[in-house]
Amino acid sequence: MLTYLIRRLFAAVLLLFIVSAVVFVIFFLVPRIGGATADDLASRYVGKSAGEAQIHAQAIKLGFTDPIWVQYGRFVKGVLTGSDYDTGAGIDHCPAPCLGYSYITQNPVLPDILDRLPVTGILAAGAAFLWLVGGVGTGVISALKRGSVLDRGFMGVALAGVSLPIFFTGLLSLTIFSYGLKWTYAGGASPMDATGPLDLVHRMLLPWITLAFLYAASYARLTRAGMLETMNEDYIRTARAKGLKEHDVVVRHGLRSALTPILTIFGLDLGLLLGGAVLTETTFSLQGIGYYAVQAITNNDLPKVLGVTLFGAVFVIFASLIVDLLYAVLDPRVRTS
Amino acid sequence: MSQSTNETTSRADDRTRRSDKGGATSANTLDGIGGLGAPAADAFLSVRDLRVHFPTDDGVVKSVDGLSFDVARGKTLGIVGESGSGKSVTSMSIMGLHKPGTVRMTGSIKLDDTELIGAKAERVRELRGKRMAMIFQDPLSAMHPFYTVGHQIIEAYRIHNKVSTSVAKKHAIDMLGRVGIPQPSSRVDDYPHQFSGGMRQRAMIAMALSCDPDLLIADEPTTALDVTVQAQILDLIRDLQSEFNSAVILITHDLGVVAELSDDIMVMYAGRSVEYATADEVFTRPQHPYTWGLLSSMPRLDRVRTERLRPIKGAPPSLINVPSGCPFHPRCAYADRTNGLSQSERPPFAETHPGHYSACHLTREERTAIWENDIRPTL
Repeated sequence: MLTYLIRRLFAAVLLLFIVSAVVFVIFFLVPRIGGATADDLASRYVGKSAGEAQIHAQAIKLGFTDPIWVQYGRFVKGVLTGSDYDTGAGIDHCPAPCLGYSYITQNPVLPDILDRLPVTGILAAGAAFLWLVGGVGTGVISALKRGSVLDRGFMGVALAGVSLPIFFTGLLSLTIFSYGLKWTYAGGASPMDATGPLDLVHRMLLPWITLAFLYAASYARLTRAGMLETMNEDYIRTARAKGLKEHDVVVRHGLRSALTPILTIFGLDLGLLLGGAVLTETTFSLQGIGYYAVQAITNNDLPKVLGVTLFGAVFVIFASLIVDLLYAVLDPRVRTS
Repeated sequence: MSQSTNETTSRADDRTRRSDKGGATSANTLDGIGGLGAPAADAFLSVRDLRVHFPTDDGVVKSVDGLSFDVARGKTLGIVGESGSGKSVTSMSIMGLHKPGTVRMTGSIKLDDTELIGAKAERVRELRGKRMAMIFQDPLSAMHPFYTVGHQIIEAYRIHNKVSTSVAKKHAIDMLGRVGIPQPSSRVDDYPHQFSGGMRQRAMIAMALSCDPDLLIADEPTTALDVTVQAQILDLIRDLQSEFNSAVILITHDLGVVAELSDDIMVMYAGRSVEYATADEVFTRPQHPYTWGLLSSMPRLDRVRTERLRPIKGAPPSLINVPSGCPFHPRCAYADRTNGLSQSERPPFAETHPGHYSACHLTREERTAIWENDIRPTL
């Protein structure tokens, strides 16, 4: 088990390294291959009236004139040991792990991201709770009442849920519940300003429900399919033959098996979401990581985009590691082999 | 010829010895087994005119269509037939395991004078596991892969017995020991996949017997097992039956297995009983062409066969459009000897010898002649 863990951790680090290299290549090498010079890249990060000399000086300062591997090496060195950055007014030290400095605001990227993590975290956690309960619940009921009006209704709603994009359902719910009925905040209500748990729910309910709707829909479909499969297993018949009550047959024997693959997907979804719920945060003006990423992309602020991408990759890679470890707990057949 | 006679006789002797040991005579006193007679006095399970129909889009599937039999405590009834003959549907009906709403069940299933057909689902559930239990064909898929063997036996025991988990665990270990699992106190915490096939079936039997049921239904209990393990499991079922004095229904397509274990044999075809008698009767003078077919297609390990095995021609009939007259007539080599009766009329389920029932239009003399001259010498 310990060797397995060490091997997986080592693989995780290696994977992060590869992800960072790929992302770096996409952002810094591809434009150069496309014909952009170092000065062309630097011209975005100086004022409008800057002359060629100023642009060239900026290119040297941002390191664009160095070969790509030197630039990448500098980035990796920053992550591992931290780096110093000349802001013009003085030398700033950015401690490891340093994901670099914004070209525009000249802030270090990582503290920016960490500042925004709680908003994304609250959004993801609340939505995850809702979609897990709602999605699995409707999936189980649908499976047990297969073919009924209830099942068809649930699956119709679920189909809508997976098909409708968040910027549609989000805007629709904002129009109805915020601007129309005035039940909730009209977006931009940061959960960090909440005065108490109830106020937090008041602020976040709409984004939670909107985000959860999307996921709950696919979870309902997955749970339904899983339950239909497991309820036909021989061991369900055995459980009934023992005289077990139907409720226990469904929950302890059926759902127990159907839930295992759902939980693995849940782990990955949650990891992905913690890297930023781009559409939901944008729709509801929540200052989370996704919102930050969108702004960075709009402003062409490469270190921020690189930072968010790597930050998200860390969550996904570790979520998948945790899921794999959890799987061994959930499925004894994996444990021994 | 003489060799084969000896063989049959010795098997019959063996059977007689076994039923002597069991005490009472076999439940061969069924009158009018076609559905009219009263249950035998010692019957623990009594099924009368059972019909199990499944309405589907293509028509009504008549999986079981007028079945009657009795099983007494301490006795074993072997139900034999090919796939789709209604064996498993019968056992699922007794256990009340058909999905509600998908099935139409009529007739009567009496378990120790409790009528199960039409009984409340909750009432039948209380009887399941406690008074009647079942073991299944494939012990790997029949046990939940995520729970330990012990957990599953404990669960079965605690449904019907209000005891603490630790008491139930002691019982589970005791049961595992009794079905011959070595080191039961450590194996109790193993998962099903850590058991071998034979051990798993032993554990299934331990689970089924944990509440000391009066009726045990074994649905193809040895089909998924190695031949050497098969014999062990059959021995185990026999030993436990005499220990618990339970009624056993043994469902199989393998006549060798029923020969090993059964007091009575019922041969099923297309959801009906075509022959019903004590095991020695069925093996010494089978009365139905389908039974002859089963015997002819059964490999024998005890001597060299001189001829190839003869499979029964054709395929099992559709249970939606059951052939007219005798359902077996399209596959029967002797159907042309009945002047068209086999094609037009359902043969009565008649007693040709005391306690020996069969459904065939051939006369008793014709059947005796065919069996003695054509079938038995080739076995």
